[in-house]
Amino acid sequence: MRKAKDYFFQSLLWLSAIITIATLCIIVGFIFYKGIHLINLDFIFGDYSPSGGGGILPMIVTTIYTIVISLLIATPIGILAAVYLQEYAKQGRLIRIIRFATESLTGIPSIIYGLFGAVFFVTVLKMGMSIIAASLTLTIIVLPVIIRTTEEALKTVPLTYREGSLALGTTKLQTLYKVILPSAMPGILSGIILSIGRIVGESAAIFLTAGTVAAMPENIFSSARTLTVHSFLVTQEAGDIELAAAVGIVLIVIILILNLSATFISKKLNKADY
Amino acid sequence: MNTTKMDRNKGNEQQIQNKISVNDLNLFYGEKQALFSISIDIREKGVTALIGPSGCGKSTFLRTLNRMNDLIDGVKISGDIVIDNENIYRSNDVIKLRTKVGMVFQKPNLFPMSIYDNVAYGPRMQGIKSKKVLNQLVEDSLKSAAIWDEVKDRLKSSALGLSGGQQQRVCIARAIAMKPEVILMDEPTSALDPISTLKVEELIANMKKDYTIVIVTHNMQQAARVSDKTAFFLNGEIIEYANTETIFSMPKDQRTEDYVTGRFG
Repeated sequence: MRKAKDYFFQSLLWLSAIITIATLCIIVGFIFYKGIHLINLDFIFGDYSPSGGGGILPMIVTTIYTIVISLLIATPIGILAAVYLQEYAKQGRLIRIIRFATESLTGIPSIIYGLFGAVFFVTVLKMGMSIIAASLTLTIIVLPVIIRTTEEALKTVPLTYREGSLALGTTKLQTLYKVILPSAMPGILSGIILSIGRIVGESAAIFLTAGTVAAMPENIFSSARTLTVHSFLVTQEAGDIELAAAVGIVLIVIILILNLSATFISKKLNKADY
Repeated sequence: MNTTKMDRNKGNEQQIQNKISVNDLNLFYGEKQALFSISIDIREKGVTALIGPSGCGKSTFLRTLNRMNDLIDGVKISGDIVIDNENIYRSNDVIKLRTKVGMVFQKPNLFPMSIYDNVAYGPRMQGIKSKKVLNQLVEDSLKSAAIWDEVKDRLKSSALGLSGGQQQRVCIARAIAMKPEVILMDEPTSALDPISTLKVEELIANMKKDYTIVIVTHNMQQAARVSDKTAFFLNGEIIEYANTETIFSMPKDQRTEDYVTGRFG
């Protein structure tokens, strides 16, 4: 009887694992099946033509713009905030409130951020529908992610490292810079990878702040269309599932490349330290 | 050196200089008092051992000497600790204090860097940049810690690849590289195997002519082997403080006798 139970439980574990992997495979497989025949160099590197056909280069460029700008702003602020919360602030009520706030922020649906961005950045700050307005909105979305993961990473750095360093007559800043941050780097990087995923996957908030102009953006103050928004619109307006799937393939590949390079950098950094 | 010998023979404490003078030291963790009116003079050069059962405050006391307790929230301290005529809790220069008073911890706590970088870490943070000076300093420190021969061919490889005993000796080298005058050791061999322990004890015996060493130990045989003077702690108080031989052969207090003869602890 006990053996049967064990067997049953094991099958359950297997089943869950298989369902998870199968779902992933089916989704990716479906997208590739639908879209792969549209993928070619012209599609990826060609300019968009409103009359149909043409490439998606403007959307790729817009997507990369939003990733770079929002990370450039969110990463330093997020890391510094996490360092303050974890290493400098006296643990007390205020800190608990701040933590609760950052945690709550990660749970808010992105459309709410989008509405805020549309009102604040686009209208009040008069940025108009633009890449910069969207990037700032995305910054707010990923900031709590970066703060949380950096805090977790800092927590895993053993107290003995701090003690060892401080006992050698170093300042707190030196200890932070030379011992704590390097040890926490892999965790911080995984937070940044998560953020890239969030940024690339975002559509609602960008739709409301960057607009839908399907043309190569002239600069970061232009209104433009990211890959996800494009994918949404071609399905919505033209009902063109195949084109949307092809865009999806490009998205998956971009995320894959970014994740792999982040993992690679993190390994490199580790090797330099160990 | 002569005076030291004479002192040990006669039990006369007047002739050696005191490096550290502690007077009426009380320490509180929040509301809970952990140290009660500790007064002790620690001699210059030589080894002073702090023994006692766990939780009796000996590590806490050790950590007041380089102000490591400052890292813990809610620690309050009263009383005086004077090192070289300077009251370390009146002065705010913790950096200078910790440069002068080095520390070796219970578990080896090398940083995830190369052996060389670990030993050079302290001096570098002090602003020493010259490669030549650093090379020499690293070599001297590793030699003083009796680990040079074992690591000289792998200075650039990770310090975490060494065995526990080797790591602990590199920790000692790292402390020595700061050219401290006092070295605090918090149960430095409790995580080591007997052979590594022996090596570290030999090292301590060799270091005591150059440094004032204060060592916390659980191991009474170790205290008897390496130290010149021994203080017995119990429940946050110093019960007895005397020459090591006296403590182990004819302790004055019944509790000390019970502890060193293994009746409790």
